[in-house]
Amino acid sequence: MQLDDLYRRVIMDHYKNPRNRGTMEEESVTIQLNNPTCGDRISLQLQVEDGIVREARFTGEGCSISMSSASMMTEAVKGRTKEEALVMADKFSSLMKGDEVEFEEYEDLEALSGVNKFPARIKCATLAWNALRKGVEN
Amino acid sequence: MNVLELRKLFPILHQEINGHPLVYLDNAATSQKPESVISAVKAYYENNNANVHRGVHTLGSRATDAYEGAREKVARFLNASEANEIVFTRGTTTALNLVASSYARSVCGEGDEIVLTPMEHHSNLIPWQQVAKATGAILKYIPLQADGTIAMADVERTITDRTKIVSVMQVSNVLGVINPVKQIAAVAHRHGAVMVVDGAQSAPHMKVDVRDLDCDFFAFSGHKMCGPTGIGALYARKSLLERMEPIEFGGEMIDHVDLYESTWKEAPWKFEGGTPIIAGAAGLAAAIDFLTEVGLDEIDRHESKLAAYAYDRLSEMEGITIYGPREGRVGLVTFNLADVHPHDVATVLDTEGIAVRAGHHCCQPLMRQLEVSATARASFYLYNTEDEVERLVSALQRTKEFFGHAIG
Repeated sequence: MQLDDLYRRVIMDHYKNPRNRGTMEEESVTIQLNNPTCGDRISLQLQVEDGIVREARFTGEGCSISMSSASMMTEAVKGRTKEEALVMADKFSSLMKGDEVEFEEYEDLEALSGVNKFPARIKCATLAWNALRKGVEN
Repeated sequence: MNVLELRKLFPILHQEINGHPLVYLDNAATSQKPESVISAVKAYYENNNANVHRGVHTLGSRATDAYEGAREKVARFLNASEANEIVFTRGTTTALNLVASSYARSVCGEGDEIVLTPMEHHSNLIPWQQVAKATGAILKYIPLQADGTIAMADVERTITDRTKIVSVMQVSNVLGVINPVKQIAAVAHRHGAVMVVDGAQSAPHMKVDVRDLDCDFFAFSGHKMCGPTGIGALYARKSLLERMEPIEFGGEMIDHVDLYESTWKEAPWKFEGGTPIIAGAAGLAAAIDFLTEVGLDEIDRHESKLAAYAYDRLSEMEGITIYGPREGRVGLVTFNLADVHPHDVATVLDTEGIAVRAGHHCCQPLMRQLEVSATARASFYLYNTEDEVERLVSALQRTKEFFGHAIG
């Protein structure tokens, strides 16, 4: 196992400079999720209009994998329809299972493919996507 | 105590993880098992397996002897007055739930008090929350001092004549502190309350004498003290056990069964419905033999020395925060590295073959009090060495460098 497989430069960049971190005033849905086994938590705010995710913001606490994944997810789904967002969530699940997946929509996500080799960390990476699913499906 | 010789008795320790010799520092979560425990479980299944308390045949007697023999061993291990004060459970969680669901629900009413501390493991917290909800009892907390210790003045202030139950962990799985449960028990008794001790983190590491502590209940898990998973025990004063109602019903625990009414066996058997964990009990007995042979006082000394060594070596690192006091602690050190999340710490250490725990350690309220969401923890046992502490320290240095580089 190589650490560089897991902690790629793109991931560390999102961890250090998270995109869409914070809250918004606009009307939105808020989803709060915890990872009870390790204490990670995320609060995701989604502004959905006419079936399109107009804005996404998050706050939370967690490791580099969970927070960088949240940063990437919010970037990836902004401006997409709910259906497109769910398709990406499914693709992300496949990525975590070790499948070859390409994200032409948002390539940064592919940096998380290494998480698959660290089974204990998959839950960290999927926390934000689970929050997204909850928010979009409601 | 010759640690290198002892290590040879633990088969699992002799392997490489990710290309490095395993350094197992997650003993507060579960300990590894010596050969003698593994073979006791195997021997039970190979030679003696049968159900207990019912078979007229030879194997049935052997299984019953193994199971009841283990109960006697546990009683001696804790210095209980008699074996009938020991109820076998799945572990500490089940033992504490039994006290909460049976004893506490029968004695607590509206406005009565249950006294805990904020450092309790979830398993010594949530059962009491449930009792409070069901009975209208109130939960009260003995506050912690800045260094994570308990002051007797606070104990005196918190426990009142309305207090029915005081439940405190003897050793904290996060702070490593040893709580003055004997003194707390004395205060509890003065107010007519019972004293429950969560011994999950103490029984594996130090001599426990329930009569000297003068506690009413004492719970522990076998798997944290070289025994198998799935077996633990509750010690309870006989007079209390006799008063308590079972919470699980079925085979093994009955005296007479009618279509509409039934009666129970005596304690402790009335609390052990269903076929018990017989092989686990045989393994636990072997674990107690092993620990007794090595000597609990020796183990205690070795671990305290190791913890002090680790505390000092880790303190020298820049950007590290260690939780809990240096003195009066058992063999574990909980810490955080600045700017590196503990999960990331644990993952990096794992790539070097070092197993530590990262997370909230089933102590979310304590984490909030420490103002962290998670911490990393290295916890030692009789087979750990100073060399392994050095491996930890140098791996943490590399973790800092890796993340400093990756983030910086």
